[in-house]
Amino acid sequence: MSEQTGTSGVELKYMVSPDDFTRAGEASSKVKNILKQMGISPDVIRKVSIAMYEGEINMVIHAHGGDITVTITPEEIRMVLRDDGPGIPDVEKAMKAGYSTAPEQVRALGFGAGMGLPNMQNYTDEMKVETEIGVGTTITMSVHIEG
Amino acid sequence: MTVKDILKALDATVSSGSEHLDQEITSAFASDMMSEVLAYSKGQSVLVTGLCNPQVIRTAEMLDITCIVLIRGKEANEEMIRLAEERNLVILETKYIMFSACGILYGLGLEGGTT
Ligand SMILES: Nc1ncnc2c1ncn2[C@@H]1O[C@H](COP(=O)(O)OP(=O)(O)OP(=O)(O)O)[C@@H](O)[C@H]1O
Ligand SMILES: [Mg+2]
Repeated sequence: MSEQTGTSGVELKYMVSPDDFTRAGEASSKVKNILKQMGISPDVIRKVSIAMYEGEINMVIHAHGGDITVTITPEEIRMVLRDDGPGIPDVEKAMKAGYSTAPEQVRALGFGAGMGLPNMQNYTDEMKVETEIGVGTTITMSVHIEG
Repeated sequence: MTVKDILKALDATVSSGSEHLDQEITSAFASDMMSEVLAYSKGQSVLVTGLCNPQVIRTAEMLDITCIVLIRGKEANEEMIRLAEERNLVILETKYIMFSACGILYGLGLEGGTT
């Protein structure tokens, strides 16, 4: 993990490990704590936490991990979640509530209801999914800070 | 009511956060699917669940849920207890099944909600 403060805001970078489901969510947890320390409003923190955690879990259960970059400026909190997993064949379908390809062993872990992507959309002000089969998926989300 | 009242009503044991039993509780959410909790919870402070892995603690953390009730005799493992202690979260364990645990808590006056 690395943290940098510059004129363009604070930038945080995290690696998401593919092989340890127990640790999935660690990056989201760290970001949540940093936002709290920065005095960001609870409403914004809640949105960022839920959206990032859903995305982080997806990187572990659907891809082979990856990296997350979070940029905090006075205007917004921007999250870029990048993986080099299988990609999403039909993004429109994947965005539908209830659509999931998660296998039984993922459901047994409490995930795979097909709620993650719709949830990420609902809790953020902007969301963009870029994906290529066999190459990977990059999801960019932004939560605006009301000022 | 407080976490202590829940502890008594569910005949439960405490596996994390025994120093946080006096906090006030007004509402609860119940599910075995963490995706559902993330999608539908609206600021409830208790999570009743039969799922027993570290992602239960992480989900609670993201939603500012402060008390987890593990049902059906599930026991928190070491990793769950470590994560919960670090986050000042309470974990209670009860032998009641989901239906009974929820019925008892609802009867005590805890609120739920709709989607
Ligand atoms: N990073 C990713 N790489 C590849 N496929 C993905 C990725 N994220 C999501 N998907 C695909 O999109 C589907 C829907 O994702 P979504 O997060 O909405 O639901 P889920 O992860 O299956 O279940 P839940 O999020 O409710 O636990 C997934 O089942 C999977 O097929
Ligand atoms: Mg998901």
